[in-house]
Amino acid sequence: MLEIKDLHAKIDDKEILRGINLTVKPGEVHAIMGPNGSGKSTLSSVLAGSEVFDVSEGSASFYGKDLLDMPAEDRAREGLFYSFQYPVEIPGVSMVNFMRTAVNEHRKYNELKPYTASEFLKLMREKKKLVEIDSNLTNRSVNEGFSGGEKKKNEIFQMAMLQPKVAILDETDSGLDIDALRIVANGVNKLKSENNATIVITHYQRLLDHIVPDFVHVLYKGRIVMSAGKELAHELEEKGYDWIKKQFED
Amino acid sequence: MSITGTDIKIEQKYISLFAEQEEILNKSVSGHIAAQRAEAIQQFEAKGIPTKKVENYKYTNMVPLFEEEYGYDFEHEVFKQDLSEVFNCNVHELEATTIYLINGWYYRKNEITTSLPEGVLIGSLAEHSKSHPEIFEKHYNQYAKNDEDSLVALNTAYAQDGFFIYIPKGVVIEKPIQIVNIMHSQKDLMAFPRNLVVIEENAQAKILFCEHTLADQKYLLSGVTEAFVDKNAVFDIYNIQNQHNLTTNVSSFFVKQKQHSSILTHNLTLHTGVTRNNIYVDMDDEHCESHVYGLFISDKNQHVDNFSFIDHAKPNCYSEELFKGVLDDAATATFAGKIMVRPDAQKTNAFQRNDNLLLTDTAKMNTKPMLEIYADDVKCSHGATVGQLDEKAMFYLRSRGISKEESRILLMYAFAYEAVEKIRVEAVREQIRELVENVFRGELNKCNSCVLCNQDGTEGNSCM
Ligand SMILES: Nc1ncnc2c1ncn2[C@@H]1O[C@H](COP(=O)(O)OP(=O)(O)OP(=O)(O)O)[C@@H](O)[C@H]1O
Ligand SMILES: [Mg+2]
Repeated sequence: MLEIKDLHAKIDDKEILRGINLTVKPGEVHAIMGPNGSGKSTLSSVLAGSEVFDVSEGSASFYGKDLLDMPAEDRAREGLFYSFQYPVEIPGVSMVNFMRTAVNEHRKYNELKPYTASEFLKLMREKKKLVEIDSNLTNRSVNEGFSGGEKKKNEIFQMAMLQPKVAILDETDSGLDIDALRIVANGVNKLKSENNATIVITHYQRLLDHIVPDFVHVLYKGRIVMSAGKELAHELEEKGYDWIKKQFED
Repeated sequence: MSITGTDIKIEQKYISLFAEQEEILNKSVSGHIAAQRAEAIQQFEAKGIPTKKVENYKYTNMVPLFEEEYGYDFEHEVFKQDLSEVFNCNVHELEATTIYLINGWYYRKNEITTSLPEGVLIGSLAEHSKSHPEIFEKHYNQYAKNDEDSLVALNTAYAQDGFFIYIPKGVVIEKPIQIVNIMHSQKDLMAFPRNLVVIEENAQAKILFCEHTLADQKYLLSGVTEAFVDKNAVFDIYNIQNQHNLTTNVSSFFVKQKQHSSILTHNLTLHTGVTRNNIYVDMDDEHCESHVYGLFISDKNQHVDNFSFIDHAKPNCYSEELFKGVLDDAATATFAGKIMVRPDAQKTNAFQRNDNLLLTDTAKMNTKPMLEIYADDVKCSHGATVGQLDEKAMFYLRSRGISKEESRILLMYAFAYEAVEKIRVEAVREQIRELVENVFRGELNKCNSCVLCNQDGTEGNSCM
């Protein structure tokens, strides 16, 4: 469903992604780990359609369509979801208005009728329960004044609302307390099916106890330098990255 | 020596016209109003039409705008016309008392259907100047600063009619009073509407003043509104300016406040050619509170100039100013906010802010706080920002499947939101929320639509 080939991306002539190859199939869970600054968030935002980076080489296809050729909004409507490492605060745009617009734009794209107000509110209620998000939060402006953990929960709530085919969760676990981590992980697991896939970016094994990956990749200096099963996460937790860094010093 | 066209100073044109028309100007008004003219025209002559050399007009040269040729309507020809032939408003979503002005003249067929409490006067300035001379002697031309702004003086010289509102002691008018001024003529036109509002002790009123153009002629409007707000009174005025590109609108508002009174002014410039708003607030007593707000949304070559002067003359007063602007294309705008804290005015609280959103590289904003503080125990702050749409927020919205255009609209609205929320009359706030959203969507029918009616353009009354 998602096939990334030799993807290079740069900003101000600084190459950050230096040839990424990754294939994700329906039903799979991939974990991406790697030291700070290695390019994990860059990869996510390039896939999501950020215009900050220039893709200089390579390709990414999503269900056979050229992902890199689509504007960000179409990528989302095709079923790609990016849970931001740093969700953006947007004062003045209410959560309800934001979500209603997003959901209905998805529906329009898929040639479905927009939800009526009551249908929409019903959907909101359901999904709020799923991630146990406080009702007060959805009555506020998007992420405005949300705590770190609340922002992350809000990302998963949006994911639940939009029901993507591929979700990229960028350090969704950071800032979550123990209960919230479980709730969010449960939420993600409940949304999982054989038709969708999840890419989990994390620094900690902890999350992977809840969301169990089929593959663990290590991203280092803009390349995936190692891929293995879930046991790799344990190994990294124990040993850190030094042994990998040594191998790929260049 | 021959006099060629270019030798005649532009001011002379207005002075000669005044001399020639004075008798006609005086026909409809009381002697008191007429008596103010002579000095005013002299003040106008002495100062001349403001150029950029005048400090308070630093970014707007008024001369070319006054140099244009305009006709006039001093005998009010539209008087005889039936408003319903050109304009009708049958969807009243907002419960309000609505009156119309045409070219600044009180429309004689106005029907005030709602029964008003005893003693309340709503109607024509000209007529009431004759029937209630005592009020006019006390308040008319007492607050307008003819000596500071030559265009205000020019208005005083030419003033004939406008709206007059008088709310006696203790009377609270809950419903907003909506005043719709429509510019409508067969020829290019200048007009000098003059309005007076008197809110007595413990009284309350809120005005929604909508300015529209209904024909695609060129207009020069130079209006003055004076308001006297007595002890414990509450007064709001929301001025919605929605006029076509060939309109020059100079709108001056002067308010005098007494103890424990609270006022709110809000200039919502949604569409216009050139707009100059003057807001003068004179807090002439202790414990006054004033809220001075503005929201301007401009594109193409529109120009908006907001000038405010908050005068803290006495101790313990509070003022809060917020002006927000969204500029697209090659629109230009100016904000100049003068706050005067006089030596007496200890314990003053004065806050001012001007935030602007520039959507293009060609849009331009000048912002200038002017604080003069002569007391030492005061809290004053001011700030101004000029920014672009937040790219991170744009990406966030788009990454959720919201189109670029819709994301822009959401963010522009989000920016304007703070100013809209300052409206303290809920029904008006809701109307304006929708109106502002329509402006951002480009769905506002720029010439004809009235806040309440959402009326479409009719043939022959098209938009520019
Ligand atoms: N907008 C930008 N301008 C300049 N450099 C950038 C920009 N965004 C990212 N970078 C750089 O690209 C590199 C990769 O950053 P990225 O955020 O992708 O790392 P990461 O793997 O997500 O790290 P972390 O684990 O800390 O979240 C870093 O060196 C970072 O400084
Ligand atoms: Mg990151």
